[in-house]
Amino acid sequence: MRFMMIVKGTSDSEAGVMPSEELVAAMQRYNEELAKAGVLVAADGLHPTSSAIRISYPEAGGKPKITDGPFTEAKEIIAGFTMIEVKSKEEAVEWALRMPDPHGYGEGQIELRQIFDMSDLTQDPEMLAKEQALREQLEGPRRT
Amino acid sequence: MSGRAAHRAIDAVWRIESAKLIARLATMVRDVGLAEDLAQDALLIALERWPETGIPDNPGAWLMTTAKRRAIDLLRRNKLRDRKYEEYGRASPLFTEDDVETETGEIGDELLRLIFATCHPSLSREARVALTLRLLGGLTTDEIAHAYLVPEPTVAQRIVRAKKTLSASGVKLDVPEGKELEERLSSVLEVVYLMYNEGYSATAGGSWIRPTLCQEALRLGRMLAEVAPREPEVHGLVALMEIQSSRFKTRVGPSGEPILLMDQNRALWDRLLIRRGLAALERARSLGRPLGPYALQAAIAACHAQALTPGDTDWARIAALYEALSRAAPSPVVELNRAVAIAMAFGPAIGLQIVDQLADEPALKGYYLLPSVRGDLLAKLGRMEEARAAFERAASMTQNLREQDLMRRRAAECAARDAGDKDGSPRETV
Repeated sequence: MRFMMIVKGTSDSEAGVMPSEELVAAMQRYNEELAKAGVLVAADGLHPTSSAIRISYPEAGGKPKITDGPFTEAKEIIAGFTMIEVKSKEEAVEWALRMPDPHGYGEGQIELRQIFDMSDLTQDPEMLAKEQALREQLEGPRRT
Repeated sequence: MSGRAAHRAIDAVWRIESAKLIARLATMVRDVGLAEDLAQDALLIALERWPETGIPDNPGAWLMTTAKRRAIDLLRRNKLRDRKYEEYGRASPLFTEDDVETETGEIGDELLRLIFATCHPSLSREARVALTLRLLGGLTTDEIAHAYLVPEPTVAQRIVRAKKTLSASGVKLDVPEGKELEERLSSVLEVVYLMYNEGYSATAGGSWIRPTLCQEALRLGRMLAEVAPREPEVHGLVALMEIQSSRFKTRVGPSGEPILLMDQNRALWDRLLIRRGLAALERARSLGRPLGPYALQAAIAACHAQALTPGDTDWARIAALYEALSRAAPSPVVELNRAVAIAMAFGPAIGLQIVDQLADEPALKGYYLLPSVRGDLLAKLGRMEEARAAFERAASMTQNLREQDLMRRRAAECAARDAGDKDGSPRETV
């Protein structure tokens, strides 16, 4: 099963302050450890929201509204993510606990979210039926 | 923490730490079986203590210290040492306290030495697979038995015997060099790919995919790519597994029936895995040596992955890659696949010629895909009665129920179309 470890934004990450050399090195060591364990799938950092664009739908069925960054609520902001593939939720938690405190200064926050994984569901008949319906919808009726 | 939750958390720590722990201990005590025993001892102590004390801040270091202490206890208690000595029928002398206290090297090297030992050619294939899953995957014998659909004692026996063989034959924990490296590495890659294939195309029973084995193999492959980054075939194998895994959710239909590559819904292929596979293939290429069998197979898989629709498939390139593959690793099965690619690129008649040349190949006797491919080409040429017979033959040659169904269905389609032709009703073109 796959999990995403989401590193939340802080006032520093939003201000574009680069992390300390020490933190960068610690993160690198951590990523190497993930890779050597064969669990690392993807990892990336995001630009601050000053260059972000938000598209919202204030009215149901209405037109989208475009807002330029920066956005204010740092805790709601994603600064980066690391995706891992592990055997259990506990293993994901254990890995997440080992990630270095991303920003220090008491603002560091990591959120762990499980990713929907179809290969977990291939044995579930209800799910398979839904997938089949989706497939037919996408492709039109199957030729015989 | 409740007892159950604590155990699950300890399981997770074990999953993360066990391979590193065993690899490091094996370097110290120069014996894989003994290293695992020491690691298991440390785990038992953790299972006793951690539910009360909580998991320590650095559980890996805690387990290591505990295991080292056990190793020294073992040395000091002569009686136990002699027993262990006999138990393993060791050829080489036991380790010393100095060995245990010595600063250890890079963990990547230690893991690599461990996998070279668990995949040692002196062990049977089954033993190599079981031992690797156990020591590098941290799987219990029960989990391994479940994945392979064999009784638990069988797996336990295999592992015990494998450990004894390694000790008795004095297999060194090393990373071989030169010509030997090539052979030993190919044994490692074979184990990983056997594991993957067993999971990907389950040979027995009604299920087509056993995810545990595929995931373990992929994890081991990704690990190998980090600890042996200079070996193109390691990246080739990883690329192959990543790309094949990208099709997991489209390989099986709603009632568990197989969906063939050309009929799969490509919108559901996992783009992330495809991207990882292409990157791994690029790493293999960038090392500047001729591509080996795994990388060539990955390159073929990549052709399919990059075709947005079946019609976009570059069959001429695939045929050329199969030709390269048949030179690197000659096999009638590869020839059969080359025939399919050539048929797709240059027409079914040329493909059928190659297939018919393979008809007497002893290695393909009993290989159901030979008549299946033949049936497919005959059907494309409109020779429905011959096609039906070929599919019937294919159905009678496979043990897998799903494959049997698919072959019978295709035979029935040919029969119906054959009857349709005779009625003079219009025929659908392929």
